[in-house]
This record gives sequence, structure tokens and C-alpha cells, in this order.
Amino acid sequence: MTTTEARPTAEVGNPRRRKEDARLVTGRTRWTDNIVLPGMLHLAMVRSPFAHARITAIDTEAARAATGVIAVLTGADIADEQGALPNAWAIVPEQKAPVHPSMAVDHVAFAGEIVAMVVARNAAEANDAADLIDVDYEELPPVLDLRQAATDSSLAHPDLGTNVSAVWSFDSASAGTGGDVEAAITAARDGGILIEKEIRQQRLIPAFMEPRSIVVDPTPEQMTVWSSTQVPHFVKIFIALVLGIPESKIRVIAPDVGGGFGGKLQFTPEEVLTVIAARRTGKPCKYSESRSESLMAAHHGRDQWQKLTLAATNDGDVTGLKVELIADMGAYLGLVTSAIPLLGAFMYNGIYKFPSYHLKCTNVFTNKTWTDAYRGAGRPEATFAIERLMDELAAKVGADALAIRERNWIKHEEFPFATVAGLKYDSGNYEAATAKARELFRYDELRAEQLKRRESGDPVQLGIGVSTYTEMCGLAPSRWLGSMGYVGGGWEHASIRMLPTGKVEVITGTSPHGQGHETAWSQIVADRLGVGFDDIEVLHGDTQVAPRGLDTYGSRSLAVGGMAVLAAADRVIEKAKPIAAQLLEANVDDLEFSGGRYGVRGTESGMTMAELAFAVFQGHKLDGSAEGCLDADATLDPEDFSFPHGTHLCAVEVDTETGATSIRSYVSVDDVGVVVNPMIVEGQVHGGLAQGIAQALFEEAVHDESGTLVSGSFVEYLVPSSADLPSFTTARTETPSTTNQLGVKGVGEAGTIASTPAVVNAIVDAVRHLGVSDVPMPCTPYRVWKALQEGAQS
Amino acid sequence: MIPAAFEYFTPSTVDEAVALLRDQPDAKVLAGGQSLMPVLRLRLAAPETIVDIGRIGELQGVRDDGDALVIGAMTPHSTVQADPLVGEHARLVSLATATIADPQVRHRGTFGGSLAHADPAGDLPAVAVALDASFVIAGPDGRRTVAAADFFEGVFSTALAEDELLVEVRVPKYTGWGAHYEKFNRVAQQWSIVAVAAAVRLDGDSIAEARVGLTNMGSTPIRASAVEAALVGRPATPEAVREAAALAADGTSPVSDLNGDADYRRHLASVLTRRAVLSAAGTG
Ligand SMILES: Cc1cc2nc3c(=O)[nH]c(=O)nc-3n(C[C@H](O)[C@H](O)[C@H](O)COP(=O)(O)OP(=O)(O)OC[C@H]3O[C@@H](n4cnc5c(N)ncnc54)[C@H](O)[C@@H]3O)c2cc1C
Repeated sequence: MTTTEARPTAEVGNPRRRKEDARLVTGRTRWTDNIVLPGMLHLAMVRSPFAHARITAIDTEAARAATGVIAVLTGADIADEQGALPNAWAIVPEQKAPVHPSMAVDHVAFAGEIVAMVVARNAAEANDAADLIDVDYEELPPVLDLRQAATDSSLAHPDLGTNVSAVWSFDSASAGTGGDVEAAITAARDGGILIEKEIRQQRLIPAFMEPRSIVVDPTPEQMTVWSSTQVPHFVKIFIALVLGIPESKIRVIAPDVGGGFGGKLQFTPEEVLTVIAARRTGKPCKYSESRSESLMAAHHGRDQWQKLTLAATNDGDVTGLKVELIADMGAYLGLVTSAIPLLGAFMYNGIYKFPSYHLKCTNVFTNKTWTDAYRGAGRPEATFAIERLMDELAAKVGADALAIRERNWIKHEEFPFATVAGLKYDSGNYEAATAKARELFRYDELRAEQLKRRESGDPVQLGIGVSTYTEMCGLAPSRWLGSMGYVGGGWEHASIRMLPTGKVEVITGTSPHGQGHETAWSQIVADRLGVGFDDIEVLHGDTQVAPRGLDTYGSRSLAVGGMAVLAAADRVIEKAKPIAAQLLEANVDDLEFSGGRYGVRGTESGMTMAELAFAVFQGHKLDGSAEGCLDADATLDPEDFSFPHGTHLCAVEVDTETGATSIRSYVSVDDVGVVVNPMIVEGQVHGGLAQGIAQALFEEAVHDESGTLVSGSFVEYLVPSSADLPSFTTARTETPSTTNQLGVKGVGEAGTIASTPAVVNAIVDAVRHLGVSDVPMPCTPYRVWKALQEGAQS
Repeated sequence: MIPAAFEYFTPSTVDEAVALLRDQPDAKVLAGGQSLMPVLRLRLAAPETIVDIGRIGELQGVRDDGDALVIGAMTPHSTVQADPLVGEHARLVSLATATIADPQVRHRGTFGGSLAHADPAGDLPAVAVALDASFVIAGPDGRRTVAAADFFEGVFSTALAEDELLVEVRVPKYTGWGAHYEKFNRVAQQWSIVAVAAAVRLDGDSIAEARVGLTNMGSTPIRASAVEAALVGRPATPEAVREAAALAADGTSPVSDLNGDADYRRHLASVLTRRAVLSAAGTG
């Protein structure tokens, strides 16, 4: 068998088209819902229409008698079997949480909670029978507003006795990372600038393209579970823990997965119930949610209320920031629900050098769908807060929005930098990214045009929004996670198998669902081992193939998983050395490895990796002095986080007659460290920008006063399409990370984190002279128009 | 979700379809399915019988009938939008159709289906009302014709009886008129929050005749007669049109929802009417 020539040029940095795209974009692949097994049964769920109620009776008789029905199960039927869904992160030891059943037994805490399920021969029969189930509810007053929830005036879970799950705080004075924020506030009040602001981070729905789907094949030897999940390894462990099935008998496969955005970083009720149905019936079972179910019952994101106090001198030097926030957990704690605000808590200082910082976070329960990770997870909220405040500060000082930032940001020669929030920023160059963005955006020209339009009273005003962000990537050093109360670790694992035909199998513990790991990991290995890009196959997402791993979320895959791949490749090279020495009849010290070949220094003699792999396969010539195997494993625990950053500039036109905003131009300059594949990075930035802009302008999960999700379909929950977005100008600067071997950072969430404040800042900038200093998100035309009406009155 | 089970018929003539509607229990017409299918899949409705009119040839296409165009009920939006006769004699119809949803929806959704569905936020009803279209309806007792003004009765409700079929719509020719459909929404695929359909005939610099219809300003499409009257005989200048457009919200009763309250919609109606009329007159 032939192998392709190793490319002479480096793979890392090559904008390769993604290996996985042909099958993904044509759909010629296995999505979970495409899987059909012999004798497979289908599930349909009955969900509570009420946000808060007691279940007084469930009549399943008609459903049981319906055509094709094999079983009907209620919460009472499986109460002893279903266990409780896990929360993996106690942010304080005394954290409170209600028991989280997969199926409600006698109390429902949000609209969409499962109260019964039907197992039938086909999906249509399951749906028909589900319609015949009659549930009697006694409605209870729903707790819907997070600020009211914090007062405990009415309880989301009466048995819990409070709505408050946890209170967590950080104070720079007591942590020894800075001064006393109250002193800074007092000083600002006496003779400086004090900005107080409340921000509502609206509830969002991850809205991944492929709704969640699960297939379970129960055999006595093994419980095989296919799930459209980001975290097959988590699912395996939790099926074992929650349902008491030995871990060694569980195999979880995440086949191709159509997006997640954090929304599939979860161990779900539907997964538990499908396993239970399969175990009870002894037949393969499938559950695929409808889009309506997905929007209503898959976990939501964001939903925080922030109260911010920024202290500064009259010149615009920030002296302190105080943050009080209330975070809506929804009805239950999911895997990392409670920690989402924490992941932002360390980022409120952004790229700036604040002398003092205080944050207090109160996590509360309400009768809404539980929240958890959604692209950015805590950091978008923090970044939005500080970037909105910096614009307000600029306005107060009468300074340019970029100038006020430069005054306060960390200079490139000051890295590594210990922040007031207690993190160590590895590297960055805010000056370079900002200079490049400014030029691409034609900042000065646009400012001149803005002035003209203001002066002429043009009904369409121009606004310029700035967002200079940083974020923490590479979740996460296990020690850090442990110190924060997370039960798991943050390492990643990889294996490399050198096949006899010269091909290379790379097995990764990360679980891509659109990110392109097959391509990027191939590029890394191609360079390291000197083998051809096309000779490398990357395997993932199956706990039997990749038994060790912690999956994909938190912009961790490259910085942690990719570095594990690199470490495994280094071990392969290491293991090959004594074998090469023996076969080449040379001294180990005379060998050098380059271009995929071990050569004897000063001679023509040498062997390629492919030749070595074949020789090891044959074993004929090995003398037994070294292990006859080139394959290697590596587990890598990251040394620290990495901190990508960038400068985003957005120009909007606001139609003051209708309140409509349209984005005229958008420039992003991101510094994500060393780039393995520029095309993948660009794709991540584009998608991230779209989702961040969506929070600014379009998306909001809205509930009515009874707790029903009003934005329960894509008619009301407005996910923008390409027609609603401008053509982005994206560029990069490259400041290598110092916390990993390749100098990579992370890019999965950057666009989302950066773009929301850029857009809202631009809108406010367009109409500030008309008396507007804020518009709540999403900044709908109606809200902008109302803000203009109020501005005109004041 | 999967719709509840139903009987499914595919008649090939209007008479057959009408007979099925009369004889089969709880029958519902299926045209392009772009509104009906979601309703069935969400199980908001579960008719026992579906009469698919997609194979009735005589319901398809646009034809010239002297002083009017006749548009078959089953003509897809994409066909209407591209049809040269419509472009020449009823440009307002082409322009409004082009704003509906996206290409996929426009390839399946139909002219007649949109009108029969009578969604207050649908774009074609206001156009039909503005242009004085008339609706040819077939029923067990034969055919009858209903004026657009009488066809729309309320939210999702029309003059069509349960056993009647909308066959075609006659649109008088507006050859040489300027037209514009000003649609206001938040994302491209969204239904109208408010929209204004305007057609004007100029005589020199002044407006000789005007037709203005409002989308989503009440439970049915609304003819902005006060605006029309105020425009006639006035020059097509921003000042004159602004004055007339200020009357757009007269007599309307828009809803309040996530996209805006009634006051905001009334405000939008006058802003959009001004823009629509000026664009139609070529002076916007
Ligand atoms: C994503 C999306 C976005 C959309 N956006 C818009 C928009 O912006 N503006 C807009 O105007 N529309 C919009 N639509 C609706 C689209 O225009 C539909 O085509 C239209 O509403 C219904 O037409 P249809 O042919 O699909 O009818 P169907 O869905 O098949 O039928 C609709 C209703 O009309 C009845 N019916 C249909 N034809 C007849 C007939 N000949 N006689 C009697 N009764 C009949 C049916 O019984 C049913 O009750 C959108 C649809 C989708 C899916």
C-alpha cells in the first residue's frame, strides 16, 4: 500500500478544507435519528404544560390500549429506578438543589418537564398514544422573575424552603489580588466618576441545528447508547452512576452531531428515560425530540441580572468595579448550571488593570427550563458588562471609546499579568489588534460621517461600537477545577496507532460536533510525525474506541485535547527511537528525527515512520531489547488557561423613525495565538459573531405570566440567517500562548463573547445625542424606538 | 411531531375536489402546505380528511383576461413573482410576493393558499384589498365571485365555506401604475410586523389615483381609504405624502405582541405608508 508524500510545507497554518465536510454538508452520514435497529421501539414524551403544579392523577388507560403501544410509564412507575440527574459543580459546600428526576413524580417545576412516556412500535403510534394520556394538575403559583425569586416571596420548590441555591463572592482585598472596592467607590463619589448600571442578560436558547436524539440497544453484554451529545464520556459515567449499570457494560457513541453550542453539554432526562425504556422492554429504543420540545425543554442559557458599579477618576482611570448578580438556574441544576456565572466571575475586569474588584453572585431557582452552558458560558455576560461600562465611561469623560480603553488596558510588555480577579493572563497584544481593527474599519472616516449625520439631523444615524475582549480558554487545569468545587477533572487524552500500511490512527478524547477536529488534529500529527495529512484518520466520539476523554466545550479541544495529541505523537517518536537504532544498527545517540524519518547522523541510512511501523508489525527483525510497538497514549492536564483577545468594531445605522438597526460593517481582529487552520478559525469566528449579534438584536426566550414559553418556535425565537447579517471583515494578530507547546489559544467562543457588546455599544452610540444611554437586549426596533421616545421626553 | 392520521385524497378536477369537501367528514384543503403542515404537525388541528389540490391543472398559472389578470389558486409564489404579466399589470403583487419568507417557502406556498389562510400578518391579503381583486369560489352549488373587501372576515377566517374551494383570483390591470410594498420585519424570514402596499398613478407630477392597503393593522387587511383620498390631486412630494400618510392608522386596531404594541404599529403604519407611496411614485 502506498502512502502519500509528506507535504514539504508545514501543515500547521495551512487553511485546509475540512476532511469531514463532504459527509456533513451532504448529510451522507450517521446522525442519531438515522439509526434504525431491528425491532426498534419509539418513545414519545408527555410534558407538563404548566410551569408549576402538583400532579394529582395520571390516567394512562386509553394510551395503554392504543394501537402499537408496548408500554406507558409515569414518574410513579419508575420512581425507584430513575435516580436523580447529577449536578457536578457545587460552587459552595452548602449549595442547595432540589432532587432532579428525569420524569416528574408528583411535582412539576417547569413547563416542558416530562410527566409520562409512551413506548410504541413506531413514532406515529407513540405520538398518538401520548395524546391520550390524561394528567390532572393542581396549579401552583409559578416563580418567574429572578429578582423576585431571590426574595423567597414565593417558592419554585416549596420543599426546598428557599429559592436561593448558592451565594458566591470574590473580593480582591480579601483575596490579596487588589484593593478595597468600597474605598474606590467612596473616592469616586467624592470627586471622580461613578457609573451605576443594571443589565438584563436575557434568556437564550442554544438552538442547535440537530435536535437531540437517542438510540439505546440493550443486550446482555452491553448497553450501547447513541446520543446527539457533546459529551459521550460524561454520559457513560452518569448512566453508570445514575442507573447502576456497570460502567464496563456501557458504550456511548456520539456519531456525527449537528451542533451543540453548550446545549449538548448535558446528561439529559431523555437519555435516562430511553435507557430505562430499553432496559424494561429489552428492545432497542429511540427517542428524537421535536423542534418544539427542543426549544422548550433542552437547557437554556444566559439569564442573569447584573448590577454594576464602576469607579473611575475624572481622567478616566478605572479604580474599581463592583458586580452584584443574580443568575437564574431555572427549575433544576444541570451538570454545571451553578458554575456558569462563576466562569464569568473571573473576567469582569476584561483586558484592564483594575486596582479593585468585588463580585457577589446569587444563584436562584425559578419555574423555568433549567439553564446551563451556552456558547461563552458566563464570559459573554462579563464581557458585555465591562465593555458597555467602558463606553459609558468614555461618554462621561468625553473621551474616545478606544482611547479610554487604551488608558486602562494591560500593555503588551506587561505580560504575563496577574489580574485583580486572580488569574494569570499568559500573553496578548491589545495595541496591535486594536491598531489593525481601527485601520480595517476606517475608524476615523466613520467617525467623521457620524458627526455629519448628527449635525444634519439625518433620520438614519450612524453609531460605532467597540468591544475589546479577552476570555479564558482551555477548560481547565484539574487543580483549578477542584479548588472551585467541580467533581471532575480538566485533562484530555489521546492515542496514536501506527498501522502496518503506513496509515496513522489518532484517537482523541474530545468530541467534535462541527469544530473540525478531524482536520486540525491531522494537521498537528502530520507535522509532528512527518506523515501525510491524508494518511491520518482521527477517531472520536465512541467510548469503546476512545475510552478516555473529557469531550468538547469551553474552547478546550485544541488547547487541551490537541496538546494531548501532540504529546502522544512525541511518545511515538520516542518509542520508535530504540527500534530504529536496532534496525539501523546505529547508536541511539547518533539518530536524529526529522521529516518523518529517523536518520543516522552523517549517513544516508534511515527509516521512515511507515517503514518502522511495518517492521514493528512484522516483528521479524526485532531483538526484544525494546517493546515492539510504536503506539502511544498521552494524558495532558493543562498548565493554565490561555487568554485569546481581540478588538471588534461595529458600525450600525439606526433608523430613528422606526427604531430599526442594521449593521453596516463589522470588523473583528482576533488574537487566538498560533493558528492550526485559518479557515476553521474563520468559520468559528463567523458563527460566533452571528450568535453574539443574535443576542444583541434578535433572540430572547420569553415566558408569559403563567410561565409558558411564548417564543416556542422559530416564528417567535428569531435566529438570524445570513440574510440578516453583514459581510464580516475578519483578521488576526498572532501572540502565542505561553501555557502550551504549540502556543495555541482557543476560538470556539470568542466571536460570541466579543460581538454582543460591540453591537449594543454601536446602537447606543448612534442615538446617545438623542437622550438614549441604554437599550435592553435584544435591541428590537420597538425597544430602540421606545428608548428614543423616552429620550426625547427627558 | 407527526400529524394525527387522516384520509388523503388527490382530486384532479375542481368538481371532484368540491364533491370530496362536501362528502368527506371534516375535510380540509391542502395547497402548498406551508401553513397547514405546521398546524398538523403541531397537532393544533387534526382534520379527518385532507384534500390535496396540488394535482388540479386548472388551478395553476396566470392568464390574461382582457381588463384583468387571472391567477390560479395553486400558482406557487415563485411563479407569481417571476410572471411577466403580473410584473407588467400588477407589479404590487410581484413585489409583495417577493418579500414572503424564503425561496423554499415560495416554491411550495401558493397564491390562493395565502389568501385562503387569511393570516393578518400575511402579505398578499392587503395587496388583494388594495387592488380590488375578486375571488372566484367553487362550491356544491356552483361558482360565485366575492370582492376582496368582503372576502376577509377575521383572523384566519374568510367568506369560504367549509365545502368551498378558492379557484382563482381576478386582479384588475394596473398597467403603468407605480407600486411598492414596504414590509417591516426583524429578520428576513419573518412575517410582517406591519407592511404597506401602495400603488399610484401619476398625472404629471401629481397623484391621480392611489391604492393603499395595510398588513397586520387589524384582524383583516385594511384599505387606507383616508390616505388614498388625501393623496389624490396632491403632488408626490415628501411633504404632501407625509401629511396624507399621517392618516394611515385611522380606524385600525393592531395587536400588541413581542414585536411591538399597538401604538408602535400605528406609528409604523404612517412611516411605512409615506415610504411606500413615495417609492411607488418614484420620488422616495
Ligand atoms: C417559514 C415561513 C415563513 C413564511 N413567511 C410568510 C410571509 O412573510 N408572508 C406571508 O404572506 N406568508 C408567509 N408564509 C406563508 C406562506 O405564504 C404560505 O404559503 C401561505 O400562508 C399558505 O399557502 P399554502 O399554499 O402553503 O397553503 P396551505 O398551507 O396548504 O393552506 C393554508 C390554509 O388555506 C386553506 N386553503 C389553501 N388553498 C385553498 C383553496 N384553494 N381553497 C380553499 N382553502 C384553501 C387550507 O385549507 C389551509 O387552511 C410563510 C410560511 C413559512 C413556512
